[in-house]
Amino acid sequence: MATEHATKAAPRAEMQRRRKMPPEANIFVVLLGIALFFELLGWVFVGQSFLINPQRLTVVILQVSVIGILAVGVTQVIITGGIDLSSGSVVGMTAMMAASFAQTSDFARAVYPSLTDLPVFIPVAAGLLAGLIAGLINGSLIAYTGIPPFIATLGMMVAARGIAKWYTRGQPVSMLSDSYAAIGSWIWPVIIFLMVAFIFHIALRYTRYGKFTYAIGANVQAARVSGINVGRHLIKVYAIAGLLSGLAGVVLSARAISGQAGMGVSYELDAIAASVIGGTSLAGGVGRITGTVIGTIILGVMTSGFTFLRIDAYYQEIVKGVIIVAAVIIDQHRQRKRRKA
Amino acid sequence: MNRDALTERVPGLPCIQRGRGMSSSSSTNGAAAANSDFLLQVEGVRKEFPGVVALDDVAFRLKPGTVHALMGENGAGKSTLMKIIAGIYRPDSGSFHLRGKDIQLASPLDALENGIAMIHQELNLMPFMTVAENIWIRREPKTAIGFVDHVELHRKTADLFGKLNINIDPEIEVRDLSVANRQMVEIAKAVSYESDVLIMDEPTSALTEREVSHLFEIIRGLKKQGKGIVYITHKMNELFEIADEVSVFRDGRYIGTHAAKDVTRDDIIRMMVGREITQMFPKEEVPIGDVRLSVRNLSLKGVFQDVSFDVRAGEILGVAGLVGSGRSNVAETIFGVTPATSGEIFISEQKIVMDRPATAMNHGMAFLTEDRKETGCFLILDVLENMQIAILNQGFTKAGFVAEAEVTRNCDQMKDALRVKTPDMHERVENLSGGNQQKVLIGRWLLTHPKILILDEPTRGIDVGAKAEIHKLITRLAGDGVAVMMISSEMPEILGMSDRIMVMHEGRVTGFLDRTEATQVKIMELAAH
Repeated sequence: MATEHATKAAPRAEMQRRRKMPPEANIFVVLLGIALFFELLGWVFVGQSFLINPQRLTVVILQVSVIGILAVGVTQVIITGGIDLSSGSVVGMTAMMAASFAQTSDFARAVYPSLTDLPVFIPVAAGLLAGLIAGLINGSLIAYTGIPPFIATLGMMVAARGIAKWYTRGQPVSMLSDSYAAIGSWIWPVIIFLMVAFIFHIALRYTRYGKFTYAIGANVQAARVSGINVGRHLIKVYAIAGLLSGLAGVVLSARAISGQAGMGVSYELDAIAASVIGGTSLAGGVGRITGTVIGTIILGVMTSGFTFLRIDAYYQEIVKGVIIVAAVIIDQHRQRKRRKA
Repeated sequence: MNRDALTERVPGLPCIQRGRGMSSSSSTNGAAAANSDFLLQVEGVRKEFPGVVALDDVAFRLKPGTVHALMGENGAGKSTLMKIIAGIYRPDSGSFHLRGKDIQLASPLDALENGIAMIHQELNLMPFMTVAENIWIRREPKTAIGFVDHVELHRKTADLFGKLNINIDPEIEVRDLSVANRQMVEIAKAVSYESDVLIMDEPTSALTEREVSHLFEIIRGLKKQGKGIVYITHKMNELFEIADEVSVFRDGRYIGTHAAKDVTRDDIIRMMVGREITQMFPKEEVPIGDVRLSVRNLSLKGVFQDVSFDVRAGEILGVAGLVGSGRSNVAETIFGVTPATSGEIFISEQKIVMDRPATAMNHGMAFLTEDRKETGCFLILDVLENMQIAILNQGFTKAGFVAEAEVTRNCDQMKDALRVKTPDMHERVENLSGGNQQKVLIGRWLLTHPKILILDEPTRGIDVGAKAEIHKLITRLAGDGVAVMMISSEMPEILGMSDRIMVMHEGRVTGFLDRTEATQVKIMELAAH
């Protein structure tokens, strides 16, 4: 026994050192690398600093905070081994619905002429409720019919966009109250994003909800045998994702001070990208909100950086595609190395 | 040494291209320690994984025309060594000689091309492809224009099966085969490579007795052709029946090699555990109490019918039967995994509708499933996460938050009590050996303090030492008044542990035997019916 301990002592110390480095450390280094890259190019081509500019740094996060709110929900879905393609469309739908209850009476052609100048919590509640219902439908379809999450949420993606357009026959919803617009003003979207991230970071790490979410993603059969009501839990996870989509819709329409049926198009892909760049595994069972937050910020830094360097939007998209794929390749390589070592 | 014997081909079977003679040192005396009497010779092999030295200065020498058994507890390093030989892992150091030549294997494919084939413990067949397609994958016969020649494919498979006396339709999809038949297909596939070295990692764990003797016939045929067979097993009787030589490993070290006829079962056990195991089955007579679990006319349409039995507190009910007799399905239904189509389940005389596992758990039931990897472990999660999962529904949370300190303390104590070998609680379970994974799962259920414990193959693929520990544990639990239902394919386990034995055959209960009257013959009579 004594010899066994002796031989194991050295590698164990090494392991603990490795473990102290959280998995997000890698992705954080990538974020720093990208930021420094733009900093360097900034001095060379534009003649000014990229990072030392508080206004820009605010914008970096501000412009991705809606994506970030979605990504927090999508990350949880992906951890269960599922996927949510509907989040972008649900943003559009909930933006329309929330905005329609936030109109002022100054406006002659309000969606609900008799329901104007309502207190701000009513449009917010309407948006959240619409998102929650969409999520409940996603979850129930997956839990009770057994269809793959890809299909269930693909259906919702198409249908929710349809509802967004049908709701006002394609007309934008404008003239929103000041109290509603305030939700999207200043850095409130960033604060909402980080609060949501904090809440679900805690939920995933320290609650039974979180442990069950990881367990289902790691091995759904074993989860079922261990007494987890898998169907009910999945409904919860998709409902939360839907609720967060609704919140994102509220924030986005408040920030734009209008609701438009085309809002949030392809946001679901950005949200998935943020999760995956942040280390969430599409195979399920692996992922953290902290990683997703960093992944979201990477997307923001890239968009700002390219704009800062006055590079065409076309190139931005090409590079974004490359970064997403590269992030997953690096992550898989890292995981394989860790397993074999 | 007769080299022709090694390269002899079964007529009618195609040869695969192999890398013979490609090695630079083609002289037989070229390498220092190499001895061409051996088909395969590895010396001084070392392999480290994070936190564990899996192999340390290990030697292994395989003679042509022999069956060489590898024995050792789980975690002793057998599987690691075999994975090195099959090209899956690369050793950190050590020499590797194949037919006297010094080589280094780059990949499993490289090993195959050098004439080394492995039958894995985990089945590696593709479920949606036919048997024939699975066997000849990557080597499909082609028609003139490059399509797969299905006629030839079928013929070759039928040919192969004819030689091996296997009776499986080559055109059936693998997902429609029983586990035992899949294993036979795996074996046929390995044989089809005509490798000189065939590694079998517990090939009989899913086979019934009849299929085991069939496998042994195949092995004897391969021996005659001069092939070397490496045979990993935990079953002593198999070893004495089929092996010529036996090498024993312990804690990643090579202990020794002996001719199988020169050693006894006790010798081997002593070498494996480094200590004497006095009693294999520590069965104790304990007072039998009231009926805890009662099952009446339980049926699951198309799977099993009219199953009725009782298990009392302190009683161990053994459930015997061949693979496919429906034993595991009965257990799954009682635990609510697949609810019954008819029949009744009573717990302490109270009728319960078992609609889901949570219901069973709320009534004090625990269920260790047969398949560790599929329905037991969360492989990518750590030891703590694996152990705690079942108790999180039982009051270890406050307002949804897990009482981390309390849970960790409980799991830690359980880990120590069961002597789980792991660097710490945060090691991924996939990095543990099979026996330690099983202990983690047993720990998961014992933490729920079950009153009724259903065990499905509790010691499958587990070494002698861990097996004895688990048997002792089961006996102690029965002594504490737990009602135990234990499904097992191992006769000695069933006979040694059970108070009563229920035998099943093709979805029906064919009889009950009392401890005093049960014999292997009587059980087999009922099981084969």
